[in-house]
Amino acid sequence: MPFELDMSKLRYGTDLVKRGFAKMQQGGVVMDVTNAEQALIAEEAGAVAVMALERVPADIRAQGGVARMSDPAMIEKIIDSVTIPVMAKCRIGHFVEAQVLESLGVDMIDESEVLTPADPFYHVTKKNFTVPFVCGARDLGEALRRIDEGAAMIRTKGEAGTGNVIEAVRHQRVIMGKVRELKGKEEPELRTVAREIQAPFYLVEEVAKLQRLPVINFAAGGIATPADAALMMQLGSDGVFVGSGIFKSDDPARRAKAIVEAVTHFDDPAVIASVSKELGGAMKGVEISTIPEDQRLQERGW
Amino acid sequence: MKAGVVAVQGAFPEHVRSLERALANNGHKGSVITVRRLEELEQVCCLIIPGGESTAISKLLSRHGLHDQIVRRAVEGMPIMGTCAGCVLLAKEGDDEVHKTGTELLGLVDMAVDRNAFGRQRESFEAPIDVKGFDSPFPGVFIRAPVISRTWGRCKVMAAHSGKIVMVRQDNLIGLSFHPELSEDTRIHEMLLGLL
Repeated sequence: MPFELDMSKLRYGTDLVKRGFAKMQQGGVVMDVTNAEQALIAEEAGAVAVMALERVPADIRAQGGVARMSDPAMIEKIIDSVTIPVMAKCRIGHFVEAQVLESLGVDMIDESEVLTPADPFYHVTKKNFTVPFVCGARDLGEALRRIDEGAAMIRTKGEAGTGNVIEAVRHQRVIMGKVRELKGKEEPELRTVAREIQAPFYLVEEVAKLQRLPVINFAAGGIATPADAALMMQLGSDGVFVGSGIFKSDDPARRAKAIVEAVTHFDDPAVIASVSKELGGAMKGVEISTIPEDQRLQERGW
Repeated sequence: MKAGVVAVQGAFPEHVRSLERALANNGHKGSVITVRRLEELEQVCCLIIPGGESTAISKLLSRHGLHDQIVRRAVEGMPIMGTCAGCVLLAKEGDDEVHKTGTELLGLVDMAVDRNAFGRQRESFEAPIDVKGFDSPFPGVFIRAPVISRTWGRCKVMAAHSGKIVMVRQDNLIGLSFHPELSEDTRIHEMLLGLL
């Protein structure tokens, strides 16, 4: 601590502080980076945070094997190199990896299906941590189970490392569609929905009233172009994660900056057209149907 | 009349809601709009620059010419409030982090700021804050918050926490390092409307 604080009046790690962190990321782009040099490119482009990881999802997919939390030394180097928040991933259910990331000073932990799950039964009890968590979801029930465990932010799972936006669109449409279905329902009907989607009633009731998730909801998994990012924003995302899409493209610095502008001006086609010009090649990408079902990352977690 | 919230990045929806409630409480007739384009800035009679990432917000303000026009309106006397990252941007002097990232400050308030002064996200906190002129403490939410390390000239201190300045006012400009838009208390938003 740089100076004396009156500890008796301070409250750390409250829901307001954790969800508040996610709110500060709204309208922004979080970029996957694998070293300090990439982190600086992301910061310069206007990223709101970087996700520090050893291999981007496209490489994890290509190389196979067990994907784990990144080397703490590599995460520390990235923390020291930028002034924006640094996020990092732990395996689903691996609460010790989460403890390690918290002790390193990571600003948000992504309990991510991109890494190999560590617990066959449970996700991390995220309420126990001071640092906020973001978790992936494919539908409303999954999102609300994660929020009940303490997630301060949700992102669509999409299909990471494919450069193919269709799964992110699917998950966003499924979540938003279900949210809209809840409108005007009475309490007994909401209780039935809660049972059907295996989510706590208090959260279903809150979503019905707010007509949105009670936490910030970003898009992730397959976003590769400024138009992809703007598409997700027009579908109601609060911001986007771009994983392999930036540093697997021909000109990462330009593409990063273009995606940042497309997220801010997501409803202005002229701006999206202008930033999309001569960006060089996007990442090659993968057609989802060519990935065997048991190798789809979105199937991890429940 | 229209009140504006800069919406290039950050917690702008929360500020829109707080301002709408403050307008209703003050009995003002008017609406709140988000500001991303020069045409939108021209319509508003007061402005909030929200929290978010100051590096991202400053780059997005510069790319589309909003930066210079906000400075012009401020000098003409439009009330502007900056919270957290927005407070950093109002300052005349930044810290090493501001210089290192090439963040272009608006340079309006006679103060120097220190980014992330309390630490990283795990050091973010809630604490009651005594604000000059308020008869009860304000619920302060500090998220990777800056502090105001020095003031001079016309800048007046409005609140401090553990000996550090966390809120200032200079004529038509208000800067604070915490997030009134995350609490239910609208007194600080009403203070901005009171400058109209």
